[in-house]
Amino acid sequence: MKLELRLVSARHPAARPGASPAIRDLGLQVGVGEHVAVIGPSGAGKTTLLQVLACALPPSAGDLTIDGQHPWQLPRHVLQRLRGRLFLAPQVPPLPPRQRVVTAVLAGRLPAMGLWQSLRSLFYPADIPAAFDALDRFDLADKLFERVDRLSGGERQRVGLARALLSPASLWLIDEPLSALDPTRSRQAIGTLVNTARERGATLVATLHQVDVALAHFPRIIGLREGQLAFDLPSAEVTRERLAALYDQFEHELRGEVPAPPSITEPSTPEPVVMHCR
Amino acid sequence: MKTPLPALRPTPTHDPAWQGRLFWMLAIAVVLWPLGVATEFKPWVLLEPDNLKVTRQFLGTFFPLAYDAEFLVMVARETWRTVAMATAGVTLALVVAIPLTLINVRVLSVSALSGRMARGPFWLRQGVRWLLIVLRSIPELVWALVFVRVVGLGPTAGVLAIALTYGGMLGKVYGEILESGETHATETLLRNGSSRLQAFFYGLLPTNAAELTSYTVYRWECAIRSSVVLGFVGAGGLGQQLDNSMKMFNGGEVASMLLVFIALVALADKVSAWLRKALG
Repeated sequence: MKLELRLVSARHPAARPGASPAIRDLGLQVGVGEHVAVIGPSGAGKTTLLQVLACALPPSAGDLTIDGQHPWQLPRHVLQRLRGRLFLAPQVPPLPPRQRVVTAVLAGRLPAMGLWQSLRSLFYPADIPAAFDALDRFDLADKLFERVDRLSGGERQRVGLARALLSPASLWLIDEPLSALDPTRSRQAIGTLVNTARERGATLVATLHQVDVALAHFPRIIGLREGQLAFDLPSAEVTRERLAALYDQFEHELRGEVPAPPSITEPSTPEPVVMHCR
Repeated sequence: MKTPLPALRPTPTHDPAWQGRLFWMLAIAVVLWPLGVATEFKPWVLLEPDNLKVTRQFLGTFFPLAYDAEFLVMVARETWRTVAMATAGVTLALVVAIPLTLINVRVLSVSALSGRMARGPFWLRQGVRWLLIVLRSIPELVWALVFVRVVGLGPTAGVLAIALTYGGMLGKVYGEILESGETHATETLLRNGSSRLQAFFYGLLPTNAAELTSYTVYRWECAIRSSVVLGFVGAGGLGQQLDNSMKMFNGGEVASMLLVFIALVALADKVSAWLRKALG
């Protein structure tokens, strides 16, 4: 899938009216099947950029085209169909705690399933082998029939990634896929994502905090800082100086001392259900 | 490290908040006073000797409990009818409430995903909201009086009355439960191109299943209770028999039937606890 941004600005819907937009006047082209990593210090607008690309957030100014189409000018149902061909994996895995892993993974395929088929799949999982295979690539095959709330934070994050493998999308937008994973798991997870995207010819855009992982696995690196493009280069040309400038005053992030990742709560027992007294 | 307190600082002898507390207690009393006057709220009249005698006599008629075979068979039959009436009523109420909830819930709005909800869906939601208000603001007793005239005496009127009022209540509270829970999973599914119903079944429902179930069982319990009142206006079931026994001053029968109600409510409580455990 081909993406093009021209002078795009966007702000978070909950932002204060006077606040400056999270990304400003951004121009960008991503070709079919390209793999791009977006890096930059916290608050640089990486997540907002992904949301704009996923048609989750309309740009407040500028132009977004996907395969030559302007998504926000499409009728709503056509836009919703287009969204089915984009896959956005948020940083916090979007899994209902009481759902089984197999159902959560198969949910990635919903845009390609009719309503009747998706209801039948709740009764008896539609494609157990595909879910098993996707989980197996992230080393989670034994958790296939577990409940999500029995998994650790890292396992949940990998289940969220396995969902991408089931989705019918040809553009994967993955937000901080490694925030809850240890270094070994990180390498394995990012390797799986990159290889599978290559096998399928899917375009992959991932935001990453781990600069070394980005440089090792992605041929093209986009540096974002304060909502603007700092550089857009082949990974071989990303020099130490450029990184130092990108992470100026955020050196602790560059050194990998990432401040605590947004907590993915993993209570040992299921949380008590909120009682509604009515 | 703690800095030591300055030596000359006096030891506090007052709670600085007490004046505010006193003010609000007085203010609440002043507000409640006219309410008490309006409702002729004088609980001490219960303790006057004459009234105590009446109470004692009424409660005295509860014993001995009625338990002859014929009566018990009748109670069993009417209990079954009451349970059936409550269950059928709540089921019909679900038929009313579920589609309205699905239309109403903001979380399932595709247009609200990216900013403000579009105008058409917004007014559709407002319309559904008003419909729910109308349905639940008319008490089931009034609906029952209407339906007794339309379909005649018997449980059908009770079932329809429960269905309409409870449909309005369930629709409102289901919507609130679904919107107050965690919505991340549902939103992500919608953003990735699922349809509204798919997002409901794969995101919203599994997130909120336990709360929805326990509220539904609680409403079933309420329906059992309100079937008593509906029985008084001729909608059948245990309530109608209770009304008859009261009019005949047969305290033993009244007490036996009240025991049946207590058992039914306790049963609903158990079922709800079990379901919450199974779904939690």
